[in-house]
Amino acid sequence: MRRLAATIPVLGMVALFVFLMLRMTPGDPAAVLAGDNGTPQQIAEIRETLGLDEPILVQLGIWFGDLLQGDLGQSYFFKKDVTELILLRVEPTVALAITTLVITVLVAVPIGVIAAYRHGTWLDRCVMGFSVFGFSVPVFVVGYILIYLFAMQFKMFPVQGYKELADGFWPFIHRLILPSITLSVIYIALIARITRASVLEVLGEDYIRTAYAKGLPNRVVLLRHALRNAAVPIVTVIGIGVALLISGVVVTESVYNIPGLGRLTVDAVLGRDYPTIQAVILVFSGVYVLINLLIDLTYSFLDPRIRY
Amino acid sequence: MSLDTETVLTVSGLTVELPKGTDRRHAIEEIDLHVGQREILCLVGESGSGKSVTAHSVMGLLPKDQLTAVAGSIRLEGEELRQATEDRLRDLRCTRMSMIFQEPMTALNPVMSCGRQIDEVLQTHTSLDQPARTAKILDIMEQVHLPDPRRLFSSYPHQLSGGQRQRIMIAMALVLDPVLLIADEPTTALDVTTQAQILQLIKDLQERHDTGVLFITHDFGVVAEIADRVAVMQWGRIVEQGTTEQVLKRPDHPYTKMLISSVPSLVPRHRETRRAEPVVLRTEELAMTYSQGGMFQSKRSVVAAQDVNIEIRRGETLGIVGESGSGKTTVARCIARLIDPTGGRIYIDDDEIARVSVGQMRSHRRRIQIVFQDPYRSLNPRRMVGASIIEGPMNFGQSRDAAVARARELMGLVQLDPDALDRYPHQFSGGQRQRLCIARALAMEPELLIADEAVSALDVSVQAQVMDLLDDIRIQLDLAMLFITHDLRVAAQVCDRLAVMSAGKVVEYGDAAEIFANPSHEYTRALFSVAPGRDWTFGEFLTD
Amino acid sequence: MSDLSELRQQTAGLVDAAASADAAARKLSIWQRLARNQSVVIGGAVMAVMLLVAIMAPFLGTMDPAEINPAWRNKVPGTELTDTAADGSQGWVYRMGTDTLGRDTYSRVIYGTRVSLIVGLSVAGLSIAIGLVVGLISGYVRWLDGIIMRVMDGLMAIPGILLAIALVSLSSAGLDTVILAITIPEVPRVVRLVRSIVLSIREEPYVEAAISVGTRLPLLLIRHVLPNTVAPLIVMGTYIVASAILVEAILSFLGVGIPPEIPTWGNIMAEGRLLFRIFPHNILFPGLFLAVTVLAVNMLGDGLRDTLDPRLEKRM
Repeated sequence: MRRLAATIPVLGMVALFVFLMLRMTPGDPAAVLAGDNGTPQQIAEIRETLGLDEPILVQLGIWFGDLLQGDLGQSYFFKKDVTELILLRVEPTVALAITTLVITVLVAVPIGVIAAYRHGTWLDRCVMGFSVFGFSVPVFVVGYILIYLFAMQFKMFPVQGYKELADGFWPFIHRLILPSITLSVIYIALIARITRASVLEVLGEDYIRTAYAKGLPNRVVLLRHALRNAAVPIVTVIGIGVALLISGVVVTESVYNIPGLGRLTVDAVLGRDYPTIQAVILVFSGVYVLINLLIDLTYSFLDPRIRY
Repeated sequence: MSLDTETVLTVSGLTVELPKGTDRRHAIEEIDLHVGQREILCLVGESGSGKSVTAHSVMGLLPKDQLTAVAGSIRLEGEELRQATEDRLRDLRCTRMSMIFQEPMTALNPVMSCGRQIDEVLQTHTSLDQPARTAKILDIMEQVHLPDPRRLFSSYPHQLSGGQRQRIMIAMALVLDPVLLIADEPTTALDVTTQAQILQLIKDLQERHDTGVLFITHDFGVVAEIADRVAVMQWGRIVEQGTTEQVLKRPDHPYTKMLISSVPSLVPRHRETRRAEPVVLRTEELAMTYSQGGMFQSKRSVVAAQDVNIEIRRGETLGIVGESGSGKTTVARCIARLIDPTGGRIYIDDDEIARVSVGQMRSHRRRIQIVFQDPYRSLNPRRMVGASIIEGPMNFGQSRDAAVARARELMGLVQLDPDALDRYPHQFSGGQRQRLCIARALAMEPELLIADEAVSALDVSVQAQVMDLLDDIRIQLDLAMLFITHDLRVAAQVCDRLAVMSAGKVVEYGDAAEIFANPSHEYTRALFSVAPGRDWTFGEFLTD
Repeated sequence: MSDLSELRQQTAGLVDAAASADAAARKLSIWQRLARNQSVVIGGAVMAVMLLVAIMAPFLGTMDPAEINPAWRNKVPGTELTDTAADGSQGWVYRMGTDTLGRDTYSRVIYGTRVSLIVGLSVAGLSIAIGLVVGLISGYVRWLDGIIMRVMDGLMAIPGILLAIALVSLSSAGLDTVILAITIPEVPRVVRLVRSIVLSIREEPYVEAAISVGTRLPLLLIRHVLPNTVAPLIVMGTYIVASAILVEAILSFLGVGIPPEIPTWGNIMAEGRLLFRIFPHNILFPGLFLAVTVLAVNMLGDGLRDTLDPRLEKRM
């Protein structure tokens, strides 16, 4: 409950930033909002609906009021309700994010644990090497290399594009594999690293020595004692890493031509479509904060010392 | 009494090598010892003497890449362990030999219930079914006198007190009736009251189960309480071994003699009273309440100290003794104004300092100086020790040259080389650093010196020196001293007057000699009655 | 009594001597330890080369990176220029081919090094400077702490690249805007690090000792608190350089960063996207430079961390 209360100011702060971002820029916000091809009539209309002649606090109030009703404004570029626009684009992005998350956890946690257990060996060095590498190669370079190899040379996957789940599971997943792998590289690097570091730290704890002194086999000590205790930091970073995932989505969707929220963001920026930019930031940040809230709530299952 | 019983553990010629690049080659060298059935062998030594390495070698728990046994043998009931496979060692652990550790707070897995942690032992080493295991666990929990075993079975370690956690550890260690129990400083982290109970428990169980015990400690009081035989270690070697009676009363080796003679006596030294001198420090109704919580949380408050009325005269040492959480350190920190007391008044001479602002307090700072417990964190590791000592005087306008000259004098006073002022803290040992901290405090020419557990982290031989030094300085400079300690022996040796604290309150206050002779409050009496080794007088051999 | 203290003096001297010898033996100087760390040496060497490339760009056999040569569009690496170029030179070899406008990719990649390093270093410098000041205030001025941390939480809740994209899109694109837009999302991380160091250091007994000898707050911060932030900030600064270079490339790649006529690795790749299936070189070469540079900076960061303060691994 306390945790829930703490997220409200954060969300409020995000909304405030998004609001201020537009008002702080020089020039007429109404003109900015209407975009490059806004007509004078549209500008006047916006001025009216946002109450731009009112004091800034009143404007903030109107804006917040609309926000709470789920009204994210009008896109003058796409000529649509922004809320509607976003709902249309949600599926590909969610699909991409979930497959990436699954791949990441399945790969990163085991290799992180092995690296920690075989600390200092070549296996450990390989994992760490991959991790630094994963952090350093930009998402789009990974994307193009994978396309070049697996789509163009080996022709195992389609080069680009997206099929909805409604079109059948195989076409859907077939087109998601490469983008998800692309997106998961940096995420795996992050999670493998934190898993290794956390497990390594736990392995130095007194209760691990106790577990060995009880005559438990290595596997049991490693999984039941070490990994269980390392779970909180690992899960925390999985949550923080969602920010990385969101940033990656924007790029990956552009590389693979997937019509998701990431592409919407880029298109909105290129078209100077501010209502959409604002909305996308709010949605992404809101999701990010909520995911981290959910993760915080799982702590009490993972660690009996944490109570809310 | 031990020689005619069967030996469970024989260690002979055991040598463990340290990794290359360390200052000495062997962690332990040619260790010979044996533990008989129903016998308690105390392995005693100062930090770095290799006593823990010896214990871990027996269990096969040495960190593999750092320490390796290179010679000698370890036999458990005749079976050679040094050549045993990892699987064999695993089978033996908790079935034939068990170990308990120093820190009950960290030795249990925080995310697993206590019952399940004991259950793991049974699951690994027996083929009992669930109900049989549960019955066995509840039985052993009963035996270690844990209250309400059914409830504690499903409790997590953080819900238990330190003493209870150590009991869980002991239950875990003894559930399968091993022949050998290794106890590595099992009571060091506990308060004296709990310590006495745990020692008694180990003794009882060991007698009832015919267990041989290898008990590791640095505390001769504990040795006197529990040991049948004693082995003294120094720099990785056993320098002396014999029955408790022999070693404590008629030690042979000079190191043993020195160690034992350094144990402070529980009988207060005779001291002249100073009732005519002016009062330097006086507190009235001093109180400190910590409150937690903020905007969204309900406030919780903890009373750390209340109604503390003490006074110290010039040239006099007042000791505050108490167990952890009694509020003694809170009082010290309030008086030094490192924290702001929430109630009451503090007078230095006649100036009230409990409520003055931070700015006004600054002018009073030099009159009160404090020496902390941890010598390794009390000096800024990045600054030369000289810079730390002259920092204070220069803050109050003394010139650098004058401050340095004074620092050199002070180095002499604390028995350190004045030329060592341009060294860094890591080049000094713990005892030397504590002297540097004293020098830094004295550089301010304070009226009141607070020693907050200042000798608690030191080995017994070094502790004795620092205690002597503090006492010398008090006499030479006619200082008032506030001495915070949990150790009754230390208190008996340095304090003129004593305040006994419990749960934030002073329960007894008066002349140290008087309190030691006739404790009037029941808490004080209880405290004195559990002091380990209270029936022994250490260092008698010197006067023989 | 006298033989007792004599005995003590003899043996206790030995104890202290042994302990201090032990303490002295394990100290190697920082520089020696850095020189022994492989990651530091390799990462540092690659960075030094990159720095040199950036400074010496005009002398590395490059041509004007902005020069458009319509006759020589989309040439594969190794193509030789046979007619006269604008500056009169002949026999030019397009080592990395050309782009869709006929600009020399090699020259653009080499000049791109400049932009990347400028962005990386300025973002790191700026965010550390701002973060240090804000973090110190937050750690020492308790009543401001709550407000500052709420603002930082809010900033951290917006995924970094999104925030940067939004900031760039609001103003005219240019090097300075991009630097600022990348800096702002980095600041909260620095603030949190500095604040957590300050909060833990002020509990240290040596800081309390300094307070008791009457050291005033500014001196206290400079002498006892700030030195403890140096190592973590160097490490964090290195990581920020790496991430800023990456973010700049991503922004340019998406077409929302530095104007396309300025040669940056991201811009070259953005330009090469369209014809990637036929001419992958316009993505591969700048991608390689980018990856190697960021890899080197990250290795340097890891090496510095392991040498200066291994405990930082979980803090960042």
